[in-house]
Amino acid sequence: MSDHNVKEIRVGLATCGIASGGRPVHEAVHEAARRHGLHVPVKAVGCSGLCHQEPIVEVVSTDGRRQVFGGVRPAEARRIVRDCVTPRGMVGKAMAWAGRMADLLLSDEAWVSVKPFAAHPESATEAGQAGEQKLIVLENCGQIDPLCIDEYLARGGYAALRRCVADMTPQQVIDAVTQSGLRGRGGGGYPTGLKWATARSQQDSTRYVVCNADEGDPGAFMDRLVLESDPQRVIEGMAIAAYAIGAAEGYIYIRAEYPLAVRVLREAIAQAERAGYLGQGILGTGFSLRLHVMEGAGAFVCGEETALMASIMGRRGMPRFRPPYPAESGLWGKPTSVNNVETFACVPWIVRHGSAAFAAIGTERSKGTKVFALAGRIRRGGLIEVPMGTTIRDVVENIGGGMHEGRRFKAVQIGGPSGGCIPASMADLPIDYEALTRTGAIMGSGGLVVLDDSDCMVDIARFFLEFTEKESCGKCTFCRVGTRRMLDILERLCDGKGHPEDLDDLEMLCDQVRHTSLCGLGRTAPNPVLTTLRYFRDEYEAHLQGRCPARKCKALIAYRVTDTCIGCTRCAQRCPVQAIQPTPYEQHTIDAEKCIRCGMCKAGCPADAIVVE
Amino acid sequence: MTKAKRQPVDEPIDLAAVDNIVRRTGTTADAAIPILQAIQSHFRYLPQEALEHVCRTTEITAAQIAGVSTFYSQFRHKPVGRHMVRVCHGTACHVAGAPLITEALRRHLGIDDDHEDTDADRLFTIEKVPCLGCCSLAPCMTIDDVTYGKLTPHKATMIIDKVRKESGR
Ligand SMILES: Cc1cc2nc3c(=O)[nH]c(=O)nc-3n(C[C@H](O)[C@H](O)[C@H](O)COP(=O)(O)O)c2cc1C
Ligand code: FES
Repeated sequence: MSDHNVKEIRVGLATCGIASGGRPVHEAVHEAARRHGLHVPVKAVGCSGLCHQEPIVEVVSTDGRRQVFGGVRPAEARRIVRDCVTPRGMVGKAMAWAGRMADLLLSDEAWVSVKPFAAHPESATEAGQAGEQKLIVLENCGQIDPLCIDEYLARGGYAALRRCVADMTPQQVIDAVTQSGLRGRGGGGYPTGLKWATARSQQDSTRYVVCNADEGDPGAFMDRLVLESDPQRVIEGMAIAAYAIGAAEGYIYIRAEYPLAVRVLREAIAQAERAGYLGQGILGTGFSLRLHVMEGAGAFVCGEETALMASIMGRRGMPRFRPPYPAESGLWGKPTSVNNVETFACVPWIVRHGSAAFAAIGTERSKGTKVFALAGRIRRGGLIEVPMGTTIRDVVENIGGGMHEGRRFKAVQIGGPSGGCIPASMADLPIDYEALTRTGAIMGSGGLVVLDDSDCMVDIARFFLEFTEKESCGKCTFCRVGTRRMLDILERLCDGKGHPEDLDDLEMLCDQVRHTSLCGLGRTAPNPVLTTLRYFRDEYEAHLQGRCPARKCKALIAYRVTDTCIGCTRCAQRCPVQAIQPTPYEQHTIDAEKCIRCGMCKAGCPADAIVVE
Repeated sequence: MTKAKRQPVDEPIDLAAVDNIVRRTGTTADAAIPILQAIQSHFRYLPQEALEHVCRTTEITAAQIAGVSTFYSQFRHKPVGRHMVRVCHGTACHVAGAPLITEALRRHLGIDDDHEDTDADRLFTIEKVPCLGCCSLAPCMTIDDVTYGKLTPHKATMIIDKVRKESGR
């Protein structure tokens, strides 16, 4: 009845897609496809990384051409589908016409044009996050239905596991990973091959693989989106690791705050078992692997490997002293290799394409690519993957699209609570484990929050200390008490009540907490403070003098109505504490005594007449 | 909106549900966290009676339960309101103004005691959470299973009113 060259239509339904209204769009596409007689799969896919453009609809042609539409609403989705079909014959034309009229009746937006843009880095030319990306971990994300193992298989999935169990000895697998130069993506950057070799060399033959999907950095979601969008890749990576170290059982420890990822993962494991890639006698060999999913319970410190294992064993997630390292003595005292989601996700690619191909990407000591959750004050946020060695400036300006109108790039926060702020003046730094560590920040697991001149660096330091103070498990005194003392000082500074000696005290506390804590949480907790002190000391000094240069700290700012006020009274209506008297058609004033600086007036002012000073 | 303070209904705790959970998860010490999670997802908090029942019927000791259930921030020992409001306080949301959102919501719902997180009607419980994973929509929050992004304090309070209306108050 109709001619078309459409192979399939994809709608992004990872958490970001759903949150932006992807479900009704998915339904609209379905419904429109039925109405227009377009019998092609309408797939719910994961995230293609372009979170800022969700909901995203992608039309894939039989010749492999892909058209991506961003910011799609249901009415537009219907139009996209309709434009896919060229009706044939009188009946078809009449039906198409009827469909068009129905669209018009259903919504007056039916003819608003939807601008397609090239989204996927591979094919990107226009508005998307173009250019410098290289997809290894994300190669399937947003393109396959995560709940369909056949789609993963069709893209070369499980070829790597097959090659490992059929043609390679465990030692050869370890050698391949070692030669690729792969280092842990969970933050520490420990060579993965070495960790596996240690686990393999232990006497005890009961061994475990553990996937760390706890993703604690409160500004990062790489691991979650990978698990939601391409779970089989992580499972395959784990299976290869299990084969290499000789484990027959594995755990995936995942944050309970990730309900969709948990569901997808459970289903993916069941499918892999049915297809013979997990379970007894994998691919007809003697190798077996059972995977368990363990949901975390909301403790940041459980991302630390020894705390994570305590949690799997049903205890409080308290880290313990290392050595012995988990690879020597982990779960129930057995050798255990704990690796991050992204680390596992790199492994199948390495086996398929060879170690040399992976080692060819990146810098001297940091190989391959790194996924970042790009967020904050940039135009295009989302999930990106860049070769190691890419500069911060490239990421912020070319991939992220730079700052919003009128704003100045100030810093990037990298590595979350364990990381630090790198100032814009150092933006030409390459992304490389050692280079980032030298700045006082760390590579971290992939949180990258861009800050502009409206962000207060003292407030950022306070924010992270509030986080680590709350999340400190309390085992080490300096971590427990020291972070509290540091937070006290930072709160005092933000309140404009700082003492001149506070900055020196802060530095001293940083030093003590760093050197007397058992685990990485305490050892790295000072980083956000130290880096901001090092690169933005002037802001700290301004706070000592009672000024917040970014006009962020509540105690140090005042709201004022300027003479562009049109006297519409909206601010007065919104003010929750009646600090503004409604004076129609006259300039309003704010009672500074009553004002609680909640920002409601400014956000609602149609004339932009309210300023903060 | 009724102003009168309504007490949580003291329904007897359904211990058969706890038995079912234990049957599914097993009774060993390493089942502690999954058991607590299942109890919480059933009752929406951890009723004391249910916890005592777990001690009686499994190998898990009262000390382990107390230790574990207070260590992890997911576990709640108090009943919650009908709707869970989770305001993201991750890095991206913090810089985009999450503190103002939480304050506006608490003020709007008349929750002024710092130790309280539920409104007098027991309709909404407000919780601060780290990253919801929608950083490009910051600041954001979820109410039950629905995520709302690009919030302003005003928009957030309007959403609360809408949800309240839909639940018939
Ligand atoms: C406080 C703290 C939190 C951590 N959080 C995570 C996390 O969320 N995800 C992760 O993969 N690793 C995290 N780690 C690192 C782990 O301890 C461990 O090094 C990592 O899982 C090893 O995997 P990899 O070698 O693949 O990086 C954390 C470490 C510390 C000290
Ligand atoms: S910081 Fe709020 S969603 Fe990530």
